Amino acid sequence: MRLLTFSGRTAKEILRDPLNLCFGLGFPLVLILLLSAIQANIPVSLFEIQSLAPGVTVFGLSFMTLFAATLIAKDRESALLQRLYTTPLTAKDFIFGYALPILPIAAAQSVVCYIAAILLGLPVTVTILYAVLFIIPVSLFFIALGLLFGSILGVKQVGGICGALLTNLSAWLSGVWFDLDLVGGVFKDIAYALPFVHAVELERAVLGGNRSEILPHFCWVLGYTVIVLILAVLLFLRQMKKQ
Amino acid sequence: MEAIKTVGLTKKYKDLTAVDHLDLTVEQGELFSLLGVNGAGKTTTIKMLSCLTKPTEGDAFLGGNSILTDASEVKKIIGVSPQETAVAPNLTVKENLELMCGVHGFSKEKKKQKTAELCEKFDLNNILGKKAGKLSGGWQRRLSIAMALIGEPEILFLDEPTLGLDVLARSDLWDVIRSLKGKITVILTTHYMEEAEALSDRIGIMKDGRLLALGTAEELKKKTNTEKIEDAFIKTVKGESE
Repeated sequence: MRLLTFSGRTAKEILRDPLNLCFGLGFPLVLILLLSAIQANIPVSLFEIQSLAPGVTVFGLSFMTLFAATLIAKDRESALLQRLYTTPLTAKDFIFGYALPILPIAAAQSVVCYIAAILLGLPVTVTILYAVLFIIPVSLFFIALGLLFGSILGVKQVGGICGALLTNLSAWLSGVWFDLDLVGGVFKDIAYALPFVHAVELERAVLGGNRSEILPHFCWVLGYTVIVLILAVLLFLRQMKKQ
Repeated sequence: MEAIKTVGLTKKYKDLTAVDHLDLTVEQGELFSLLGVNGAGKTTTIKMLSCLTKPTEGDAFLGGNSILTDASEVKKIIGVSPQETAVAPNLTVKENLELMCGVHGFSKEKKKQKTAELCEKFDLNNILGKKAGKLSGGWQRRLSIAMALIGEPEILFLDEPTLGLDVLARSDLWDVIRSLKGKITVILTTHYMEEAEALSDRIGIMKDGRLLALGTAEELKKKTNTEKIEDAFIKTVKGESE
């Protein structure tokens, strides 16, 4: 009951912010449309809809980090969290209450992206459904990252780190906008040591039905998710104690 | 009967002693003000009493429950309105009140009854559908106090409730606070001398984490041989530093 109340509040705060809707839904859609238009004029295999849709879907999840981190940082700065810490809500209620409501928002975002992709020519197959399902563990990674940053940064810093730096990093190091082989070297090594490109390739493998490629990328994403989740919980508890 | 009793309550941050061996007793139904300049230790005292921060030394008992060993019991009998307006900005006034009902685990019926009761008491009925973030400072404070009262607390902490408000909004809020007198124990921290004098049964003057003087406004004035509470405060605080 308490968790449900707090989760409901998280969802309302996020969904009622028009900027969140613009960035969360509008921006990925614009990217799909724009890059598909480029692809129609100058064909690039990377921007073929089968490859582009999973990439943009994963890129869109970086906004979930921004949503979670901004909300937590705002709650900390406005002392709403301080007030709630004096109520019977437990640490578990807070952590799940912030994280869980963002999962359906992330899933809805990916559904919208795939619907747009279908309209642009993505063949309708059951693998689209699987791709949406595999978005959930990937979303968990991005949401945990939001919990982590929201626990340690102020609202302005969240805007800079999550809004600018993370979205750019997850774009450059994901292989969505350019082929990482074209750059190669240390850049490619760094990209493959981070989870972003694995998340994109996981989605591409699921959508393309390439079963053998799913597990290695899934392990990378899962590993990062577990590590970031543990760190996020520890840092959230630390700031809770600091209050 | 004692609502709050602190025993050698101390909070240290590295080299700084924010609250220094505070021994204080507040009776049930009393409106007690903690007066002091910035950094006197008022907010830290409230944070310790409301289980937000642990004391370095000493203990405090609220309704007989220790803040160290019975924090969950303490949380059941307190309400806190922090210094900053702690409201959910994108939620309406009604949803903010319902949020607090939910976190206290109230049933649907109780939620409805409690929300209606507080809306009536705090005159919130005309702004129920307005987003909290769009309210003026005075109304946000009013809502903040209403939210703190949702859990039917025995002890209410109001940390600088009228800070930054204009004269009219402050006067309105004073009426609200006065209406609570005698019904629940209220601990109020403030910078404003006239506020402490107008509202409190007793006043404690703090400086550098220590309680320098304690008594009714009249007693404090008599003790310092002054006519105004402001002069009594200045004399107490300056007398200490001389």
